[in-house]
Amino acid sequence: MTASRAGVGAPGDTVVVYRKRRNVELLMDLVAVSIGLGGWALIGLDQSGTIPGDWPWVVGLWTGMALAVHIAIRIRLPYADPLLLPLVLTVNGIGLAMIHRIDLIPDPVSHDATTQLVWTGLGMALFIATLFVLNDPRELQRFPYLLFLAGLALLMLPLVPGLGTTSGGSTIWIHVGPFSFQPAEAAKVVLTVAFAGYLVDHSEVLSQVGRRILGQQLPRVRDLGPIVVMWLASLAVLVFENDLGMSMLFFGLFVMMLYVATELPVWPVLGALLLTLGAWASYAFTYHVKVRVDAWLHPFDNVDQNYQIIQAEYGLAWGGLTGRGWGLGRPGLTPLAKSDFISAAIGEELGVIGLMAVVMLYALIVSRGLRISLTTDDPFEKLLASGLSFVFALQVFAIIGGVTRLLPLTGLTTPFMSQGGSSMVINWVIIAILLVVSHHARRPRRPEEPAPQRGFIADFASDDTAVILP
Amino acid sequence: MSSVLVTALRVAFLALLWLFILLAANVVRTDMFGRTVAAGSPELAPAKPAPKQRRRAPTRLVVTEGAAEGTEVALVDGLIIGRARDATLPIDDDYSSTHHARLIETASGGWQIEDLTSTNGTYVNEVRVIAPTTVTLKDDIRIGRTHLRLEK
Repeated sequence: MTASRAGVGAPGDTVVVYRKRRNVELLMDLVAVSIGLGGWALIGLDQSGTIPGDWPWVVGLWTGMALAVHIAIRIRLPYADPLLLPLVLTVNGIGLAMIHRIDLIPDPVSHDATTQLVWTGLGMALFIATLFVLNDPRELQRFPYLLFLAGLALLMLPLVPGLGTTSGGSTIWIHVGPFSFQPAEAAKVVLTVAFAGYLVDHSEVLSQVGRRILGQQLPRVRDLGPIVVMWLASLAVLVFENDLGMSMLFFGLFVMMLYVATELPVWPVLGALLLTLGAWASYAFTYHVKVRVDAWLHPFDNVDQNYQIIQAEYGLAWGGLTGRGWGLGRPGLTPLAKSDFISAAIGEELGVIGLMAVVMLYALIVSRGLRISLTTDDPFEKLLASGLSFVFALQVFAIIGGVTRLLPLTGLTTPFMSQGGSSMVINWVIIAILLVVSHHARRPRRPEEPAPQRGFIADFASDDTAVILP
Repeated sequence: MSSVLVTALRVAFLALLWLFILLAANVVRTDMFGRTVAAGSPELAPAKPAPKQRRRAPTRLVVTEGAAEGTEVALVDGLIIGRARDATLPIDDDYSSTHHARLIETASGGWQIEDLTSTNGTYVNEVRVIAPTTVTLKDDIRIGRTHLRLEK
């Protein structure tokens, strides 16, 4: 053995270490910041011919926020992935600029972009806090059952009378004073951690013990039971609250993590079958889903009911290849253009070239997350990183696919872009956890040290490891 | 603003966006493989630097008990202790072998003692040395009836 991977090897060998690459990150951060600011400046230039007078404040604030996060990474995670932060800053900046642009449509103008900037700042603060609190990602592995209960409690919060509110047919919001929050977003992270913690303890019995049915190894009830109960409970709550997008997200997440943990292809196959069955049943028996499917397949059969998706399609068509330009389209004609339909607004003003770039940025974020999962040696970190990346990918696919009429529309948020605080804050925490895992996986490590045994040396052949511990 | 300028700025923004993606792809490419370093390289333990050892580094080996009590010798890498006259620190001890033990300097500036397959063994804090063992200012080395210690 001459070279061993991931920094572990016997002395005398060579090991491969990752570069720190913090300066590359800084450079990419600056380009990322300039993209968001460029969009913001172009709105002013295109609409009134001048850059708004408050530009020193806006430029200083956004650059300062990006640098603060960058410095926190420099201090706490010098070996973390160098691309995740710049990618997130780009998407976040474009989202803020687009919300500001839609703010300018009504008369008098609204100030949702300012609120969104505050939420972004809060997300960054939680990001930095996560970096400082979470020393070792494996600390999260300890309490899967408690975390599951916490996740379930979060999911049920909107059902508490006086706390939850119903809007758009779904009971998914809680209101505390002037603030509203979507607890399912937080539950997404908590339950991913809980699933990963449970599955890593049971992955071997799940894949190897049990009887064979139709040539497939199926696990025993006592091994699979607890987690199925957990999962069905969260699905039941979501269906009861009429949050179909989120229940689909949880379903996909669970099936995928089971597949990663057991490496048995039967799970995705079974999951796809169940999803088809569930989709057919909800189409046949609930009005909500039927409306969505009709809007997807035949939007012009009911122009009043499908007004939103029709407007979004016209917006995309009006944008064409290179778009109308920042501030020169009419994204305000689509209802909810700031939140659910922000990708339609992007497509209208930046064109298909710009929307493809945004999709590409999301794809890069997901690919970095999966890369982190491949890099790390620890099975829990593998499951956690792949679970978090997958849930991110599924969410982007579902919402942008829904807006572009590739799929039926589900009311999910576009990560880092849609107006809404809970999604913004939680997505920053997801990125923080991914970065902690990546630092943990990429940092150079000494060759394995022998177990500390007083007066006895485990490795006789090696000079470096022969150390008597005090 | 003229429509030409508006179009130029619109295209410039899209170009910047895709330039960023190309830069990101380049970072992915250069991040594919790490750097190769020797396994013993000090940069492999970035969390635990060893700056204190320099200040308190031992410089001589002193006989604290035995026939040659008070004898001292400057520390050099490969210092030999034994009954032989060509040993770096010759000790007159019936229980010592001719070339009994050797001191080695480690990469981080510490010292280790290695027993040269002696008959009666080398002891650090009364524990027999079976492989090179780190010794510090606090440790007592015993060879036969002679006790030695590292000093500044």
